[in-house]
Amino acid sequence: MIRSYYEATARERIDAILDARSFRELMPPTERVVSPHLQALSLPVAFDDGVVVGRGAIEGREVLIAAQEGGFMGGAVGEVHGAKIVGVLQRAIREHLPVVLLVESGGVRLQEANAGLIAVSEVMRAILAARSAGVPVVAAIGGQYGCFGGMGIAVSCSNAIVMSEEGRLGLSGPEVIETAHGVEEFDSHDRALVWRTVGGKHRYLLGDCMTIVDDEMVEFRGALAASIEAAGPLTLETVEAEHAKLSRRLERFGDATDGEDVWRALGWADPAVVPLADTDVFLTQARLLRAA
Amino acid sequence: MEHLHYRFTGGRKTRAAESRIVGVVASGNLEVLIEPAPLQGACTVDIDTAANGFGAVWEAVVADFFSRHPLADVRISINDNGATPAIVALRLDQAVEELAAAVPPEPRA
Amino acid sequence: MNSRSVAPRIWDAQMQGRRRRLERATARLGSGIAGKLVDTRAIVGLLEAVIEPGDRVCLEGNNQKQADFLAAALVRVNPALVHDLHIVQSVLALPEHLDVFEKGIATRLDFSFSGPQSARLAQLVSERRIAIGAIHTYLELFSRYFIDLTPAVALVAAQAADASGNLYTGPNTEDTPIIVEATAFKAGIVIAQVNEIVDVLPRVDIPADWVAFVVESPRPHAIEPLFTRDPARISEIQVLMAMMAIKGIYAEYGVQRLNHGIGFDTAAIELLLPTYAESLGLKGKICKHWALNPHPALIPAIEAGFAESIHSFGSELGMEKYIAARPDVFFTGPDGSLRSNRAFCQMAGHYACDLFIGSTLQIDLAGNSSTATMGRIAGFGGAPNMGSDARGRRHATGAWLQAGRETERRGDARRSMPRGRKLVVQMAETFREHMQPAFVEKLDAWALAESADLPLPPVMIYGDDVTHVLTEEGIANLLLCRDDDEREQAIRGVAGYTAVGLARDKRTVENLRDRGVIRRAEDLGIDKRMATRDLLAARSIKDLVRASAGLYDPPKRFRNW
Repeated sequence: MIRSYYEATARERIDAILDARSFRELMPPTERVVSPHLQALSLPVAFDDGVVVGRGAIEGREVLIAAQEGGFMGGAVGEVHGAKIVGVLQRAIREHLPVVLLVESGGVRLQEANAGLIAVSEVMRAILAARSAGVPVVAAIGGQYGCFGGMGIAVSCSNAIVMSEEGRLGLSGPEVIETAHGVEEFDSHDRALVWRTVGGKHRYLLGDCMTIVDDEMVEFRGALAASIEAAGPLTLETVEAEHAKLSRRLERFGDATDGEDVWRALGWADPAVVPLADTDVFLTQARLLRAA
Repeated sequence: MEHLHYRFTGGRKTRAAESRIVGVVASGNLEVLIEPAPLQGACTVDIDTAANGFGAVWEAVVADFFSRHPLADVRISINDNGATPAIVALRLDQAVEELAAAVPPEPRA
Repeated sequence: MNSRSVAPRIWDAQMQGRRRRLERATARLGSGIAGKLVDTRAIVGLLEAVIEPGDRVCLEGNNQKQADFLAAALVRVNPALVHDLHIVQSVLALPEHLDVFEKGIATRLDFSFSGPQSARLAQLVSERRIAIGAIHTYLELFSRYFIDLTPAVALVAAQAADASGNLYTGPNTEDTPIIVEATAFKAGIVIAQVNEIVDVLPRVDIPADWVAFVVESPRPHAIEPLFTRDPARISEIQVLMAMMAIKGIYAEYGVQRLNHGIGFDTAAIELLLPTYAESLGLKGKICKHWALNPHPALIPAIEAGFAESIHSFGSELGMEKYIAARPDVFFTGPDGSLRSNRAFCQMAGHYACDLFIGSTLQIDLAGNSSTATMGRIAGFGGAPNMGSDARGRRHATGAWLQAGRETERRGDARRSMPRGRKLVVQMAETFREHMQPAFVEKLDAWALAESADLPLPPVMIYGDDVTHVLTEEGIANLLLCRDDDEREQAIRGVAGYTAVGLARDKRTVENLRDRGVIRRAEDLGIDKRMATRDLLAARSIKDLVRASAGLYDPPKRFRNW
């Protein structure tokens, strides 16, 4: 069985993260609910529109799950794709089950234009509605396409995010920033720079994700289970605390022009070691030297 | 996009009870959905492909596939995004293997 | 007796010419030269003083290393003073390499490879701004430096120089020694750009006696990580083909000494050695000695004890510390850094290796292969040197004798001598990207020869040299083919669903398979279900870093963390 989360398909991830034989797919490929927009544009469709949804168990606890397939259109969210995710979130409220989102997406599927935009907004709303109803929503980011665009916003509405250092979380994609502002401002081919800006370790140090794990299925599984356990309610207080955290971040790091500046400000004597350190070594220090 | 349809007879029925899907519709790749279906003993292959004009190649690939795996009452549906014949043949073989794994165990005597 | 006197022949005109050029340099630059060290700002003046119109000039454009500062300076010379140069150069990589032709500073070119500039080169040729003398392999071009293409001036790149003018070329020594030797010993003038001037060099790669001038360039010379292949991009099909290469050829012939043409297919073979080859009990029996650049995909095979020695054409960015930590494997100086040498490594690949394997863009029905495409004049590089039978070879090894025995002899058996044979394997997926067939009736090389006015269609590896064709459909052993028809059907028999493959004579192909001329994965006992990426000893750049215990330092473009 595949061990690397990064390399795996959505189905392989579900297979490895859920308890053996516990997965029951909702709206499976046999139902052929494909994207009418892609068909109209004579583009290839996928029988599951690039997202696998259903129910299963993690370490015995029943959950609902949605896994995006980065290989299909970069995991971009279209009408059907978005509706499937919203569907499990709504079902989660009815059945009072936690939701696990295995996210890999460039954001809105531009080919679907307004339908795509609406779909992503619906996902954001559905996540917040689920959390308001006391349903934990936890997410994992660790695939090669990362999590960008509207899905970057959506996933930030969840209870907790588990990332590997290969994972990337952001809003505008690196290539988009370079195109809009020039290579002097941001060289999207400087991959070390990209990871200092949106990569897993940087997100962890900023406090945007709950934990960093090695690129192993078993690690993601354990961290997701733990994050469900630790999930708290969505209250006015938690939202206000989040706002305060973000204001403090702007104060502390607003002048930083590079991830290394942020890490130095956090107390890292030699920021250059951050990208090179193994996960466990990194976490030992990072638990103390991060923006909580 | 091109739609292709092939139908074969004379195969052997599968004991598989459930459908399976392999592959991802990424550039240069394809997904293959394989389902048991009541087709009066036939095996059908339906292909939606982004690469137009390769009917002759698909026909040869699918015909060779059927001689490797002569199935009956099985429907195969493909979404293809320009995969080469090597990858198509690989995925078709993988689909059959996955289907074989979907065979329920023999009932105990 | 004839009363008219005959002017005595001058026998040291070149030496006299050299003295004149040096005097002009001193006169022109004055205090801009101290011993051999030239002021950085005086470089254009130096070139104008030292180079004469019509000169043969070698500009060091290698695969990895570029004398970029000197190239940029050459573009800035006054074309009224310096014009109609004849450029002899291994690789045309930088825009400046063609700018000199656009400006009329140079008009004639003899070269080997032009990958990055191949389209622009074709353009300039069609506009008659460049006259190509000939397109060579590296070894041919180097050879001609000693016969009929000796440079008058060589512009080279080195890592460092000392005050006397000794040069340290370091890991990326590449072509420098052979260029400098040919130039220096025929009264030529060698000008070297260096990254730094130091008191004591780590080691002396080029003695000061051979060097006329040294200039410190404002930026370190460009080096490209040309041969690094990210294992993440290796496909399942490539894994399957690599398994067939290992079991069907390497194990079959006991290949201990080899060269891999660079690519993802051969990287897959290297990454399967510690896993698949190990499981077949092949450690120690194959792949001990390599002529190959030290690229990171080799790391697991080295760590697992397969690769015992590696001689290299050049270095590979990011591998410096790893190489220094493995001196038993690589050719390193007493200072610990690699010494590469393209000329010697090419020689080694030609004469001291029993197998070459590489991939290509097109193969025809006789097994000729070409990477030529319309609108580009790319040249040959080094592949033909490795990918050809070394007819001058005499020493025997098991693999060489076995391939020789298998070679079906044509003509009169009484008159033919037994010979050995180098294994030359062409590897290709039957379809490339965008469903382009790799197998064709007629190579694009023919059309290119016509449009670019080349004397011959540019063939990279000739069919007569090819011993095996390996595709995802199997291996065709051309040695065992008794005539051209069998050879054609053997190739069709592994050409998959391409038009060439679909037109096969099924009876003949079955017969060839029965005889073992064509062997499919099943015939080799290979279970195709094992052909997954899980079989690779490393699946990512990060895995390679780990395999090297952190010694490999990947260039930024290969990181994903």
